[in-house]
Amino acid sequence: MAIDAGALETGPSLRRARLRLSGLLWRRPSLKALGLLVPPLGAFLIVYVGALGVLFVSSFWTIDSFTATVKHTWSLDNYRLIFAQGEPYLRIATRTLAVAAVVTAVDALLAFPLAFFMARLASRRTRAILFVMVLLPLWASYLVRIYAWQTILAHDGVINWTLGKVGLPDLNLAYTNTAMVIVFCYVWLPFMVLPIYAALERIPESYLEASADLGARGLKTVRSVILPLALPGIVAGSIFTFSLTLGDYITPLLIGGTNSQFIGNTVYNFIVEANTPFAAAFAMIPMAIVGVYLLIARRLGAFEAL
Amino acid sequence: MTGRSTRISLAVWSAAVIAFLWIPIVLIGVYAFNRSNIQGWPITSWTSHWFSAAWHSPDVRGAFRLSVEVALIATGIALALGTMAAAAIARFRFFGREAVSFLLVLPLALPGILTGIALSSAYTFIGLTPSIWTIVIGHATFCVVIVYNNVVARLRRSSPSLIEASQDLGADGWQTFRFVLWPVLSTALVAGGLLAFALSFDEVIVTVFTSGAQETLPIFIFDNIERGQQLPVVNVVALFVIVVTVIPVALAQRVMRDTGIVRRGAADVTEAVEAAEIPAV
Repeated sequence: MAIDAGALETGPSLRRARLRLSGLLWRRPSLKALGLLVPPLGAFLIVYVGALGVLFVSSFWTIDSFTATVKHTWSLDNYRLIFAQGEPYLRIATRTLAVAAVVTAVDALLAFPLAFFMARLASRRTRAILFVMVLLPLWASYLVRIYAWQTILAHDGVINWTLGKVGLPDLNLAYTNTAMVIVFCYVWLPFMVLPIYAALERIPESYLEASADLGARGLKTVRSVILPLALPGIVAGSIFTFSLTLGDYITPLLIGGTNSQFIGNTVYNFIVEANTPFAAAFAMIPMAIVGVYLLIARRLGAFEAL
Repeated sequence: MTGRSTRISLAVWSAAVIAFLWIPIVLIGVYAFNRSNIQGWPITSWTSHWFSAAWHSPDVRGAFRLSVEVALIATGIALALGTMAAAAIARFRFFGREAVSFLLVLPLALPGILTGIALSSAYTFIGLTPSIWTIVIGHATFCVVIVYNNVVARLRRSSPSLIEASQDLGADGWQTFRFVLWPVLSTALVAGGLLAFALSFDEVIVTVFTSGAQETLPIFIFDNIERGQQLPVVNVVALFVIVVTVIPVALAQRVMRDTGIVRRGAADVTEAVEAAEIPAV
């Protein structure tokens, strides 16, 4: 590229104007920052935060049971109903939380050895291959992967066929909570592997050597050196497994059975019935839980591990 | 520190987990060739008939066109807004910077259903009827974050003095962008754009709430699975959606790896992890 050094004095006026603008932005970096930040942040605040605000406000509205229209009067009725004795909503919320916790724990157990193998034992080539093998399922359509499990878990599906081949009785997994846990663990697993991998990969080899020099055996090193350093990665992964399970409605809808009501598909049903205010109020539960979880995760250093 | 038996058991464990991740995906490919209307196993007879059935189905074609349009527009918006936000966050220190970077990750960290019902109640509130644009707005919220993550990771790895040097040599803003910033950022932008496209193309959770009568391909799949209709065609479409989302991701991986700007070796994988690990689902 040719930059005309004399352009500032003698060049065409358009170029002079451009240079003057560049100079101004250089002297006033705040102007540049503002110009860069206002369009994306403005759009984001209006569309996303604004929409969340509308959702929050509408959770205090109620639905007129006769006309089925939304009444714009403030009340805590929706929240009272959620926490009322004898209503199913608290049980649904507890079930959702419990499944999210189990899924997070199982995924951490499945992911850690794989992440460790990738980060510390595999050759560079194997590591790159494994990385792609974990990354691609993460991106392959989540709906399609759930659908695949619907056929696998079905009565005449792959699992029962395999069990039959080795002489075991059928498992009636389809439309149970166990089936849901399996599918949740499956769809979110890559989200757990990658942050743990990133955290393990950053541990300097010298730490492990030091631990060995100080006489720690393999397991001791894992417990007192590797696990604490990998913790931010595990927490970062758990943000996804936990929060995605908490808000999911497709898996309960397609995989779950009659006793598999989740926060997500309850909210979905209320939206379908056009009772937006109650759906909004019920959706505030995962929102609050994830909010608290994010704050804790931040303290544990998970955001640096993202 | 790791003995031979530990190594072997870790390798076996890893292989098993990878198999767990891939078997269902492979099965989708196999089922697409199932002649029967019933989704049983084992498959007894094979056909490629459902591919032509899907190809000639006006529903599938319409849904495909809508998915591509939405993904392209959302990716365009994401590239513009995501890059601007990344430049501001990576290059400037200002009050509330931490809060802004926290805010920008929210669409990925919060459950998708919240984004979906928040947008749908906001649309109802301001009287916006569902159209391609309501879908695009929903997708853009998380596509922006993907591009932002990619570009911010790249900017943190490149030196700000490059820009100063360019300006000292008399380049104006456009020239600095074209000849200095673009070569540094181009692969991050291409990768971010590919990932954003893939993310939008198979998005279903938010789309359910922001689309009206129009069907994207994932909505077509979802509706038919729920009703148990046209499953053989759904199998083919499902395979197609997997392929169309996985190709851009694989390309993005390559693009990130082949760049000469990032230090080769471990860093390219790390950058890819930083940038690509967190799509909203």
